[in-house]
Amino acid sequence: MQTAVIRFPASNCDRDAAVALEKITGRKPLIIWHRETELPAGVGFVVMPGGFSYGDYLRSGAIASRSPIVQDIKAKSERGLAVAGFCNGFQILTEAGMLPGALMRNKNLKFVCRPERLTVTNANSRFTSNYDAKSEVVFPVAHHDGNYFADKETIGRVEKEGRVLFRYANNPNGSINDIAGIVNEGGNVFGMMPHPERAIDPLHGGTDGIDLFKSILETL
Amino acid sequence: MARKKSEITPEVVAEHGLSEAEYEIVLDRLGREPNLTELGIFSVMWSEHCSYKSSRRHLAKFLTTGDRVIQGPGENAGVIDIDDGDAIIFKMESHNHPSFIEPYQGAATGVGGIMRDVFTMGARPIALLNALRFGEPTHPKTRQLVSGVVAGIGGYGNCVGVPTVGGETNFHKGYNGNILVNAMCVGLARADNVFYSAAKGVGNPIFYVGSKTGRDGIHGATMASAEFDDDSDEKRPTVQVGDPFTEKLLIEACLELMATDAIIAIQDMGAAGLTSSSIEMADKGGVGIELNLDHVPQREPNMTAYEMMLSESQERMLMVIQPGKEQLAFDVFEKWELDVAHIGKTTDTGNLVLKHNKKKVCDIPIAPLADDAPNYDRPHVKTEPRPVLMPADVHETQDYNDALLRIMTSPDIASKRWIWEQYDRHVMSDTVDSSQSGGDAAIVRIHGSNKAVAITTDCTPRYVQADPYEGGKQCVAETWRNLTCVGADPIAITDCLNFGNPERPEIMGQLVGAIEGMNEACHAFDYPVVSGNVSLYNETNGQAIPPTPAVGGVGLIPDLHKFTTLTGANPGDTLILIGETTGWLGSSIYLSEILSREDGAPPPVDLSVEKLNGDYVRKLIRSRRVTAVHDLSDGGLAVTACEMAFSSGHGMNLSAPANGRRHGWLFGEDQARYLVAVEANSVNPVLSTAKAKGIAAQIVGTVGGDRIAADGAFDLSIAELRKANEDWLPTLMSGDT
Repeated sequence: MQTAVIRFPASNCDRDAAVALEKITGRKPLIIWHRETELPAGVGFVVMPGGFSYGDYLRSGAIASRSPIVQDIKAKSERGLAVAGFCNGFQILTEAGMLPGALMRNKNLKFVCRPERLTVTNANSRFTSNYDAKSEVVFPVAHHDGNYFADKETIGRVEKEGRVLFRYANNPNGSINDIAGIVNEGGNVFGMMPHPERAIDPLHGGTDGIDLFKSILETL
Repeated sequence: MARKKSEITPEVVAEHGLSEAEYEIVLDRLGREPNLTELGIFSVMWSEHCSYKSSRRHLAKFLTTGDRVIQGPGENAGVIDIDDGDAIIFKMESHNHPSFIEPYQGAATGVGGIMRDVFTMGARPIALLNALRFGEPTHPKTRQLVSGVVAGIGGYGNCVGVPTVGGETNFHKGYNGNILVNAMCVGLARADNVFYSAAKGVGNPIFYVGSKTGRDGIHGATMASAEFDDDSDEKRPTVQVGDPFTEKLLIEACLELMATDAIIAIQDMGAAGLTSSSIEMADKGGVGIELNLDHVPQREPNMTAYEMMLSESQERMLMVIQPGKEQLAFDVFEKWELDVAHIGKTTDTGNLVLKHNKKKVCDIPIAPLADDAPNYDRPHVKTEPRPVLMPADVHETQDYNDALLRIMTSPDIASKRWIWEQYDRHVMSDTVDSSQSGGDAAIVRIHGSNKAVAITTDCTPRYVQADPYEGGKQCVAETWRNLTCVGADPIAITDCLNFGNPERPEIMGQLVGAIEGMNEACHAFDYPVVSGNVSLYNETNGQAIPPTPAVGGVGLIPDLHKFTTLTGANPGDTLILIGETTGWLGSSIYLSEILSREDGAPPPVDLSVEKLNGDYVRKLIRSRRVTAVHDLSDGGLAVTACEMAFSSGHGMNLSAPANGRRHGWLFGEDQARYLVAVEANSVNPVLSTAKAKGIAAQIVGTVGGDRIAADGAFDLSIAELRKANEDWLPTLMSGDT
């Protein structure tokens, strides 16, 4: 399976994502520069990495969501392309309207970096099928704007449709309903603030993230 | 006809921080009166910050060479060999004065500046650390300074995407008027692709890349070379403003261009900006430089030559490009959307020539700016030795539970989680250990390999205050010990020498004493100084900071299958104390926190014992005889045991001697000591080998349960101690105290 990582000028988890994808697929992902306008043919899974895309001096991810490559990814995702955004990648996906809601400044207004316990809320999705239902995983978080919010109606719908895939055990940022990660209606676009790509190595952050990548890659 | 009145009055000279004698040298070397731009250039180049005029002759004593040293002091950062063609490039630098005036931007630009020193040399930054000193917790400014500095460090490092993996934070009233922000950066390069700053050749193009030049930071270097007074807040405009996004672009663009053969020499624009970068490049290469300031990218119109040359706008680099490679350089920098301009060329005149608005605005010989920089042998007096305190001279607490709780919640010992949780410690996915464990040194894997660097920063200012020479030795020894604790071979250090006004002989005596003590330790461990900086005039209204020679140590873990942290102790393990305990309470945390005393000589460091014990512990780690290791430092055995318990989650049951000696045993700060946890079948081998080597080693307890206890002294649950230890800083910062 050919995978790809999008590289914005100040992406800084692009390498982390590439290392994770190579470890799991045995094949180097393509690194797609932000000025490209089209994904190369044959790409089956795209990761929007963490970082600060264009500096995030405006709302996090807002400028990146308008970049040409994101328009192409958005169009292709509507036809089923699998996309995951972690941290800044999640922010970009919400800003691009590919996922509902928004990521606001953390409730305590401070950047937070720590290993975070999450429960797998729905183990029947394409991104979580390798986990046991209601199992607990630890992924690191590292963000300033991770406070997930959406209006009542949207949250009701997302919850009802089982699209919350992960919840925080100890909410680090004030996210509504302890939401850590959600999937779109089609089940092919997923975003989360924690970093599963930093949890693939026993020497660094544990290995709980591996099953997330395996889950989605096995469906492709 | 009336003669034109000189613009260079004695007042103007004094405002530029030049003494009358120094100005005489300027007149002599130029053979004429300088114009204002030229005077400004002399003033920053000869500032304490840039010229090291008070410390240079003493720094020259340092051990700076060794088998693994590729580049010692004198370049942007030091370079060491870590095998397999890999090199580590590292340095620590102060940003004290700006951080006190404007904590967020001061600290942020400190981080940015030290990273540029490292990637300028061809290294990708892989780790950041900070050594921070604040005033007493209750001082009205402390909270605002802590929160601003921490946010600034995080705001910069997190965005650029370099993990902040370690550091230290102290609080003491001696820093009420001058905080210390020392930032360290460690980078990874290929040993055969290190870049230096010496310009070469004649007629080679000089490129400017990065942010535009603005009017910020003008005279920052001069500000950092003077004391503060009550009006220091007025110096806010001399503090620069950081842009981590541009820094990230600069890193990527420079590394991309460095992978080609386009760059002859490169230098970041740090203190004194365009002035010091161009002069240092020219001086090192023995060439002249001609710049056309009209081509310098400018943030605002009508900037004068003086302002452009003295601006300390951040995120800017100067480079000499290989002729014929200009277009390649333009292409790379434009890809990263950075301002780039061809602003001048190297010459054979030996002069710095500046043109602006089609006029020559500066023409000064470069050699005198460097060679004739003042180099003072300032008078220094030795610090009066303090009496040695015996345990019997120190009151023994009658309530050890209370004493332990007070020590675990004292400012220097309390958990700094509130700080390091605001730093991304994991980005780049090679952080094996960091502040998170509370361990001795951070461990950062060399990407794609099975080896790692261990990194630590240390200084115990109260020891240096009590005895600069012993304290200086201790700073270096503690870094060496901390690197040893994780199983690393210590290789080299960087330092940040923070002191008061060197024009006072007692302050100069502290500086000289500390350097001599540090250097003795460097020699004993074959552990050279490869980079660093000096920050003097850390005084306000005549009150100097405690002498604070912060040391950053780097070591190599050749095999990540063989390292240890303080975390791995298991129930049933035996605790063995390596090293001798006399119960040294002089200048200890026990003395200051329990008895409110700051007297007594600090613990002496016997460097040969230190080396013997450390080499043995490292051998135990590599032969996997130990499950956990932690050194004994502030607060002694009791604090070490608590930290091991917090990290492993298992209780520690310590033996303790009878009344009268118990406080020295539990809280004494004798040096060269390690607490190791060993499995049952390793106890005898560890003890007998130690005995054969003449190393003091004894069983001091066991691991297990959920309490931290010492016979007849304290007995508290891990949970209670941890909560107290964790709550102190958040409580302080919430303002609920």
